[in-house]
Amino acid sequence: MLVPSLVDGLLLGFVYGIAAMGLSLIWGVMNVINLSHGPIIALGMFGVYLVFNAIGLNPYLTLVLVAVMGLLLGILIYWVAVHRVINAPHLSTLLATFSVNMIIVGIGTAVFTTSPRNVDFTLGSITLGPITLPWTRILAALAAGVVTVLLYLFLYRTPPGKAIRAVTDNRAAAELMGIPTNWMLALSFGLGTMLAAISGGLIATFFPFTILAGGSYELKSFVICVLGGLGNPLGALIGGLLLGALEGIIPAFMETSWVPVLEFILFVLILLVRPQGLLGSKT
Amino acid sequence: MSKQLKSPGLWLSLAIVVAFGLWPALAGNKAYARETTFTILKAVALASSLNILLGYTGYVSFGHIVFFGLGGYVGFYLMEVHGLHLAVAVLAGGLSAALLAFLLGKAILRLRGAYFALATIGVNEAVRAFIKNFDPFGGPIGMTLNFQVYKAYGGPDRALWIAYIATALLTLVIVLVSFLVKTSRFGLGLMAIRENEDAAEVMGVVAPNAKTWAYVLSALFPGMIGVLFFFKNGNIEPGDAFVLHQSIEAIVMVMLGGQGTVLGPILGAAAYQRLRGLLLVSPLFKNIQLAVAGVLLLIIVLFVPAGVIGWLRGRFPRLRRVLE
Repeated sequence: MLVPSLVDGLLLGFVYGIAAMGLSLIWGVMNVINLSHGPIIALGMFGVYLVFNAIGLNPYLTLVLVAVMGLLLGILIYWVAVHRVINAPHLSTLLATFSVNMIIVGIGTAVFTTSPRNVDFTLGSITLGPITLPWTRILAALAAGVVTVLLYLFLYRTPPGKAIRAVTDNRAAAELMGIPTNWMLALSFGLGTMLAAISGGLIATFFPFTILAGGSYELKSFVICVLGGLGNPLGALIGGLLLGALEGIIPAFMETSWVPVLEFILFVLILLVRPQGLLGSKT
Repeated sequence: MSKQLKSPGLWLSLAIVVAFGLWPALAGNKAYARETTFTILKAVALASSLNILLGYTGYVSFGHIVFFGLGGYVGFYLMEVHGLHLAVAVLAGGLSAALLAFLLGKAILRLRGAYFALATIGVNEAVRAFIKNFDPFGGPIGMTLNFQVYKAYGGPDRALWIAYIATALLTLVIVLVSFLVKTSRFGLGLMAIRENEDAAEVMGVVAPNAKTWAYVLSALFPGMIGVLFFFKNGNIEPGDAFVLHQSIEAIVMVMLGGQGTVLGPILGAAAYQRLRGLLLVSPLFKNIQLAVAGVLLLIIVLFVPAGVIGWLRGRFPRLRRVLE
């Protein structure tokens, strides 16, 4: 009983992890908590859903399209809503990104209504001893792993990735070295939303969803970021695995409805005791 | 104190709340006007309470609705299960919200900026998730007020009026308290914390205590309003009591009117609720009222961060005497 649900939770943890990685990347680069994260996760779900229903394209191929759209949307959001208040107090960026949240949810509710959808796509399942796993879960975890590796290669091996890290370390110095810092901020915001959209697209292959579904994954992303240390993308992945493991283990001991109680209590406690996260990060 | 009470700014703010409160007595369709005004007064009360923490002290509480919900639950429980009177329930609801704020305050007010905002979201979600599992409060289904309870207040119709009048009076008290805090030595300390917490401490403001009391004060009234709201509503459930969205709407109201002013949250709350009402009944905007509100918020944040009253005070210094 415990082992299957633990494995299940860990696989989910990878997907939670890349959503949180997006949030963490944005925080790390520009100290902005992106409160429009949830609706973008939901848009990723709808992206896969719409393309799959319209032309029946394989969801995993659609993800590439969803990723590009997520990147462009993020760059747009940065220039419209965030850029003007990037140096203002936290309240301004929190509210600016939250207003984007309201706009997306408002339009999304009008267009898609709030009735639940699901992507009618299965790949069967595999049985290993006591464990039966649907292939969609395994592929989602693999895809999340690939995305993580690509992100790290981008940040550490390519010029724009190095520029983003320079901006993270010291924005003024990066500007003096001739790096177009504003575009790097826009690009990092785009990468953050891209990760959110991809995770949404992956979740859509195995869970039903509505346009409001992003909210709960956004809250999970907060918990994960705090577990792994805000601003530390790799920490976010590990935090995601931790949260997934918790979600797998807790139901073995008490009712499933207690899971969010423990999650949020843990969240507040970690914020209080170790605001830099369990894994720590440069502050 | 007597000098404070001579300020025209205070009387203008109070007069506006009184005008709202008396509106149903003058309107043609009294019950309809009462319901509309009730939502406005509730919004004014929540926004003005939040302003004590957000506007004066500069701490952004994203989960402030937790006090409204918790107060509502405690008061509701006392009325429904123990048959206590509404007045006692209101007091108990307010005190339990204040107690939660006091216990939390010492801990989470150590966090600054975005970390504090995140922690308040976490607290709201934790309490909501807990109440969903807490059987004495009805778990996920919540509680419904027995119809007999209203009999003690002279029938449901009179009970609704009592709840309304109590809310109006409470809102007046909140505005008065908001003004008194702002013009007091305590308020000066809070504003010093807002501008620069370290410098304030050097100047002798005991920041942890001042912040905690500001937090307690801004939690007390939402707890009381919560009891009145759910008494009027007749039932309470976790999904209605801890809506994260309402927390943020309250922040929008404060921002719209002008954070850190007494009049700002009153006008901001009234304008926001009015706008929301208009959008909800308009055939064109009914479905996307949330998006319209979002665009409005974005415009305020980007271009008028001081809010309407803040902008007027900056633009026309002479108005500062009147627009407190």
